[in-house]
Amino acid sequence: MSPPSTSAEPTPTVGPPLGLLAELTHRCPLQCPYCSNPLRLERADGELPTEVWLDVLEQAAALGVLQLHLSGGEPTLRRDLEEMVALAAKAGLFTNLITAGVLLTRERLERLAALGLDHVQVSIQDAELANADRIARYAGSHARKLEVAHWVRALKLPLTINAPMHRQNIANLPAIIDLAVNLAAQRLEVAHVQYYGWALQNRQALMPTRRQVLDSVELVERARERLKGVLVIDFVVPDYYAQRPKPCMGGWGRGSINITPSGKALPCHAAETIAGIRFDNVRDKRLAEIWLHSDAFQRFRGTDWMAQPCRSCELRTVDWGGCRCQALAFAGDAGLTDPACAKSALHAAFTRIAEEEAAEPARELVFRSPRAGRKAAIVRS
Amino acid sequence: MRGEARRTVLVPASVPALAGHVKMRHDNVRNCWLILAPERVFTPDAVAVAVLQLCDGKRNVEAIAVALEQTYNASKELILQDILPMLQDLADRGVVTA
Repeated sequence: MSPPSTSAEPTPTVGPPLGLLAELTHRCPLQCPYCSNPLRLERADGELPTEVWLDVLEQAAALGVLQLHLSGGEPTLRRDLEEMVALAAKAGLFTNLITAGVLLTRERLERLAALGLDHVQVSIQDAELANADRIARYAGSHARKLEVAHWVRALKLPLTINAPMHRQNIANLPAIIDLAVNLAAQRLEVAHVQYYGWALQNRQALMPTRRQVLDSVELVERARERLKGVLVIDFVVPDYYAQRPKPCMGGWGRGSINITPSGKALPCHAAETIAGIRFDNVRDKRLAEIWLHSDAFQRFRGTDWMAQPCRSCELRTVDWGGCRCQALAFAGDAGLTDPACAKSALHAAFTRIAEEEAAEPARELVFRSPRAGRKAAIVRS
Repeated sequence: MRGEARRTVLVPASVPALAGHVKMRHDNVRNCWLILAPERVFTPDAVAVAVLQLCDGKRNVEAIAVALEQTYNASKELILQDILPMLQDLADRGVVTA
């Protein structure tokens, strides 16, 4: 006789969100071919007005959000950034500006610091100037970024250097770590490109070999030891070579909210690729209601939605089934196990794609632009 | 390597303070103390909160231990054994400077 079913699984009680990623705009002077924005970029006239953003930030703080990430696109293109930083500081939010830097002036950065900005994250494309400018498709961008990084430290703000990693810059990882140390950054984020949207378009040209990934893991481990107490290194490897999936967003609807330039509230930045989910807009609904009850946030929250092998897996509340968008993109169903998991029936095919693509010479990159995005979106649909 | 890019090693004579960019505050939504840092949220336990509230950039670690003798009904030496590794860990995470 089998024991009575132990449905010890607690119904997911939703805690307050920790982070809010405010994508203030999709406009950006850079054209990185792995941009995390969707292929269909929001136009300037579709962006939320200042007063809606300010109201959303206040609601977020009341809901329990602790960390505010002002991002984009390039958030400094918004002239009302100052108002947002001031309000966020007053509301007790820890405010992080995620910027390409190239449009910032020292005066504006000083103003933002005085208004209560807590942290600046500057993206770089490589440690090698010519390659960095090539990948950003913006002449002079790397030099400008380094200048901005110096200003950040001169103003005594903490600095994170964010270097998206792929086969076209992974050989320079040691130089990127040195650069972060020399810029006196507190933190270096070396996240391997995640293959959604633009990066998925360019996957073949961005995918490193397994050997390159393993070498980079070892290199980062040694650097972490050497730089203990000097530089924190956050490192994300490409999950195509992994055995277990990443706990995407720390679990769907568990810790963060992403708001698009036009006000849609998403559980992750790629969630809109999943058809059949209605995303509420902060223009129409209160953030608390969206967080607690909306279809989008409830859809893959907790473990009730899971099928096998996730449902009975002992890691289901560790990785939360991995990434829904990757399951959709590869397996054709967002409710399936992330193919990055070795327990997925599609895992071998998933890994083989990476190996085959990385073995071939890199094709030409498709750089991010509204036009290229419209074209790619039509081809894909 | 730059002078500032060096690991801080805590000794009893060190004078610790919360790093300039770090915020410690009580969170009324979760009803607990929080340390907010770049991309990190720490939930310090009661001892850590008591120690960090004494990290004013004036007292040294030894003086902090003395200040806690009564609260924890323990000797300065015993408290030092406890709080030095804790402060070192927080320094390595960039929460405390000295």
